[in-house]
Amino acid sequence: MYLNQFLLLSAALFATGVYGVLARRNGVLVLMSIELILNAVNINLVAFAAFGNQPAGEVFALFVIAVAAAEVGVGLAMVLLLYRNRKSIDLAQIDLMRG
Amino acid sequence: MGSQLLLLAFERPALDWHALAPEIVLLSVGGLVTLIDIVFLERARPITAAVAGLGLLATAIPLLTLALDGSDRVMFGGAYVVDEFALVMKAIFILAGYVVILLSTNYVAEGEYWENEYYGLLLASLMGMVMMASSRDLVSLFVALELLSIPAYLMVAWRKRDIRSTEAGLKYYLMGVFASAVMLYGMSLLFGVSGSTLLTDINSVVTAGGASVSVVTLGIVFVVAGFGFKVSAAPFHTWAPDVYQGAPTPVTAFLSVASKAAGFVALLALVFVGFYGRPEVWEPLVWTLAAVSMTVGNLIALRQTNIVRMMAYSGVAQTGFMIAPLAVAGHSTALGDQALSATVTYLAIYAAMNLGAFAVIISLARRTGSAEMSSFAGAFRYAPAMTVAMTIFLGSLAGIPPLGGWFAKFEVFRVLTSSGDTWGYALAVVAAVNAVIALYYYASVLLRMWADEAPDEGVADVTLTPSLLSALVICGGVTLVFGVLPQVVARFTDVSLLALGG
Repeated sequence: MYLNQFLLLSAALFATGVYGVLARRNGVLVLMSIELILNAVNINLVAFAAFGNQPAGEVFALFVIAVAAAEVGVGLAMVLLLYRNRKSIDLAQIDLMRG
Repeated sequence: MGSQLLLLAFERPALDWHALAPEIVLLSVGGLVTLIDIVFLERARPITAAVAGLGLLATAIPLLTLALDGSDRVMFGGAYVVDEFALVMKAIFILAGYVVILLSTNYVAEGEYWENEYYGLLLASLMGMVMMASSRDLVSLFVALELLSIPAYLMVAWRKRDIRSTEAGLKYYLMGVFASAVMLYGMSLLFGVSGSTLLTDINSVVTAGGASVSVVTLGIVFVVAGFGFKVSAAPFHTWAPDVYQGAPTPVTAFLSVASKAAGFVALLALVFVGFYGRPEVWEPLVWTLAAVSMTVGNLIALRQTNIVRMMAYSGVAQTGFMIAPLAVAGHSTALGDQALSATVTYLAIYAAMNLGAFAVIISLARRTGSAEMSSFAGAFRYAPAMTVAMTIFLGSLAGIPPLGGWFAKFEVFRVLTSSGDTWGYALAVVAAVNAVIALYYYASVLLRMWADEAPDEGVADVTLTPSLLSALVICGGVTLVFGVLPQVVARFTDVSLLALGG
């Protein structure tokens, strides 16, 4: 096993996530893409921690997991709020304010 | 046997209770507000704002005792530091939070919103900012950032049944989470290169260079971009106008001052403690952010018709001014110290003048119910004192002496021109041109307020509530005092981070 394998996997996940955030119009799918980026971060942190024998990275990954859970809770609440107000979670329709 | 070994391996970190006192008081007040809500329900509504406000004033007491004590306190192996810089920034956050509570009191009470949760979230967000000022470690920076951001997302979407507020909240949330995810990816790379989450350790690896130059560069760029979002520096500013317009106006004031200052605290800690040894990466990056923010913010502010949107773009331009000294901060440690002081000075004065401008907007919008510039026309006819106050705040934002803003801009120019290289002078020229452009749109608002005829409809007088009046007096007083006696603010903002960065 090489460190590079993990870093490449993580970079691929990161790129997929960024593409998803920029290209998707569905609110929930954007949230999922953001989760992909966060998991790319976790893979990076754990891989660096394991190969460098630095447990701080694993602790950091635990923090990222915990905070991401809180974030997604708030995010889903907001998407639900949007659905209640407009019966759609299409982000392309969020355009009341411009200029 | 196993548990004995574990006990031996675990060493309780030394806690400095005095250094943690402001955080503990703030946490207790937040808990108290929540408890009052649970126990007294609706009966608690009238007192919640007072409890939150008094709690913030109580938080200022340990800050004062720490400042009088004066020694630097380091905890958790350097991950959490209470030094002069941290104390000054914490004081700015606490005072800004207090003024925001004054601004919110009537707005939230009259809008049939959930008051107790509002103040609870505000205090939680402030807690994140206060922690951010002391964080010198990637993990604590990240946790503080999320602690201040997540309540802010909820506060922006506070008007639940208003579609604009919901849209603003979702936009802010999605872009904020995306920015912090990208920033985390950068942090994971920096951790991988240095094998440590401490900023001081990262600095020594970053300074040494070596084979991992590209990874270090990528990490620094991602992290700076992530916080560039928080301070709404162009090109990461696109969320700001929509969010400012859709959010409840007191929340907008909070975001434009406290949240922006928190982003700056993190940027300053990262640049001066974490990345200082590699200016060739972050100096051009910051230079570009500064020049683009000033120019884009000012040019788009020129054609706004909604005053809150104008303030959003003016905030982007002000961010450019605040970040500009950092573009030359890596030249020498002496210049770095001056740049740090200039940015902290600007943040302190900006907090006062911007909160003041929002206090006037909120007060006048109570009469007209609109933030369109046309509804401010002829304000001098029915609210002369407000018009004078607005003149002070917008004049200060434009940088007219003897108001606070001129000293802030003067410090920025002084640092840029004493860099002695072409890039510093070039940025000073960009800043000078932008200062003139900004004068135009601030002055055009003031001209409408002073010279135009007031519209006939809506003859109700402006009713100034005691809390809004106190907010105006605090902000106006600070703006004037800092302008007339700049040595007062310079005395507080003359801080250094480089001794720790070492």
